[in-house]
Amino acid sequence: MSPNQTPADGNSGDAAASADLLEVDGVVKRFGGLVAVDGVSFGVEEASITGLIGPNGAGKSTLFNCITGVYDVDGGAVRLDGEEIQGLSPTTVARRGVGRTFQTPKTFRGMTVRENMAFAARHQTGERALGALLRPGTIREEEADVQARVDDTLEFLELDHLADEYASGLSGGQRKLLELGRVLMLDPEIIMLDEPVAGVNPSLTDDLLARLRELNDRGRTILFIEHDMDVVMENCDRVVVMHNGQTLASGPPDIVQDDERVVEAYLGGVDR
Amino acid sequence: MALLTGWASFLVAVATIGCIYGLLTLGLNVHYGYTGLLNFGHVAFFAAGAYASAIVTMPPPSTVTNASYEIWLNLPMPLGFPVSLAAAALVGGVLAFLIGLTSVRLGTHYLAIATFALAGVFSDVLVNEAWLTNGSFGMNSVPKPGRAMLTADEWQLAYLAFAALSLLVTYLVLERLVNAPFGRLLKGVRESEAAAKTLGKDTNAVKLKSFVIGGMIAGFAGGIYAHYLGSVVTAQFVPHVTFTVYAAMLLGGAASNTGAVAGAFLVIAFEESTRFITTAYNWIQSTLPEALSGVLPALFGPLPNNPSFIPSMRFVVIGVLFVLVIRFRPEGLFGDPAEIQALGEEED
Repeated sequence: MSPNQTPADGNSGDAAASADLLEVDGVVKRFGGLVAVDGVSFGVEEASITGLIGPNGAGKSTLFNCITGVYDVDGGAVRLDGEEIQGLSPTTVARRGVGRTFQTPKTFRGMTVRENMAFAARHQTGERALGALLRPGTIREEEADVQARVDDTLEFLELDHLADEYASGLSGGQRKLLELGRVLMLDPEIIMLDEPVAGVNPSLTDDLLARLRELNDRGRTILFIEHDMDVVMENCDRVVVMHNGQTLASGPPDIVQDDERVVEAYLGGVDR
Repeated sequence: MALLTGWASFLVAVATIGCIYGLLTLGLNVHYGYTGLLNFGHVAFFAAGAYASAIVTMPPPSTVTNASYEIWLNLPMPLGFPVSLAAAALVGGVLAFLIGLTSVRLGTHYLAIATFALAGVFSDVLVNEAWLTNGSFGMNSVPKPGRAMLTADEWQLAYLAFAALSLLVTYLVLERLVNAPFGRLLKGVRESEAAAKTLGKDTNAVKLKSFVIGGMIAGFAGGIYAHYLGSVVTAQFVPHVTFTVYAAMLLGGAASNTGAVAGAFLVIAFEESTRFITTAYNWIQSTLPEALSGVLPALFGPLPNNPSFIPSMRFVVIGVLFVLVIRFRPEGLFGDPAEIQALGEEED
């Protein structure tokens, strides 16, 4: 148990932890002498929306990279459905069911929105060179399914009018939506979003958040990083606060909001 | 009876070389155009294919002057030809696999340096391992398939037809590949490896496959080249080949198979036309009126008599072409500007 565990963190005790879809257990990540993530522990319940907040440099994105296999962890464990996934490659982690987006969207700029989406579909026979050459019938059937899913997902995200545009022509907010769409095409068990609404214009922000809540209503598990306290407080079932690479507090939004240390971390100790 | 004289014979030769470069460019286009792999060692796959064909079809060393090679299969000609070409494609693919295994994880310009260096190493191996390659003397008795049954001119035409057919079939196979989800997979890896990984794609495996496919096509081109010229010499396989292929691909338009073929023919025609610089100069000089006869020599001076002058001009021509394409039409003739825009840029 981390020494930073708060009293508010009652529901992540050992008994409840086994029900968590994603479990981060004492994860440590060092870059030379700098400890970017210093023993962070929390769980993400199935079918919940969990917000990960903290000031700049708190280690949130680094933690995302540790969970998704971009970085090797220096200590601790990450468990998905009770199975350890730390140390696996990003490709394997994604195949196990962890989908993510990036703080700066990494869309395929020289491909159309439709191609971007279809790329993410899994188990495509036509992705193998010999399959592509020798099994046109199978490919046609699979491709019809994939394109139908692409259409549904684009419609859900209200990107359908941009389907044949190149991703390089999209605005920042549209790129974030497209990245979310790609993750939906991957159909993962947990969706991890790195600042999904940062830099997105306000009207699109509300839209995007509404989409996230709707996905959650359909049973999707979502973990997202956000700076904006209000966004997190209004949309999350549970909040994890990180500061200096450690978990400062975690629990339901209204309790975390009143935590003195959280206020101090965010406001920089005004009373000193 | 000479069927082909002067110009016709020259055009047939240029067209055949054009087909061979068309294949090379299609191969490189799989690497760079579709997958974003900066392969600067393309000539090595070409050489590997040419040598593979030579080794499986050369007659015993005892029948050849200056022979020091110790491995030959002497496959009988018409029937051994497909086997020889298959061997060429296979060896090109195997070399690409080996080079790719070590370097395909490198990004962008690091891969360019690694492939350039490995191609240099490969070229040295070809010069030095004379037991296999006959060293710098080369293998000069590669049989020309069907040559015994045809006159010289008929054979030239028949071989052109065969080369064109090979190019067409390769083109159709590649079109099918890149329009299938496989092509989408290659392009996604080209656009962002990080994103492709987080969407569950094994990017290193994808890049390796791309490398092998392009290498096989270049090896196949090498086989066709070996049986066309009847001789394989290390001096033919210099980095200039790689850069000519790059010029062809960029002129035609990266990530377009049609562009690759068109670019190859244009660049080869352009390069070969430099042969006529002297002729053109003399012709213009002779048709100018007396009063202007001093103008051309004053502008250009007499063309140097050095025999290496005209061949050297080709390097200049290719270089100028490179610069013009990149400056004025970066997407090439058949490329899609929206797709090419971001090609080769670093991802953040």
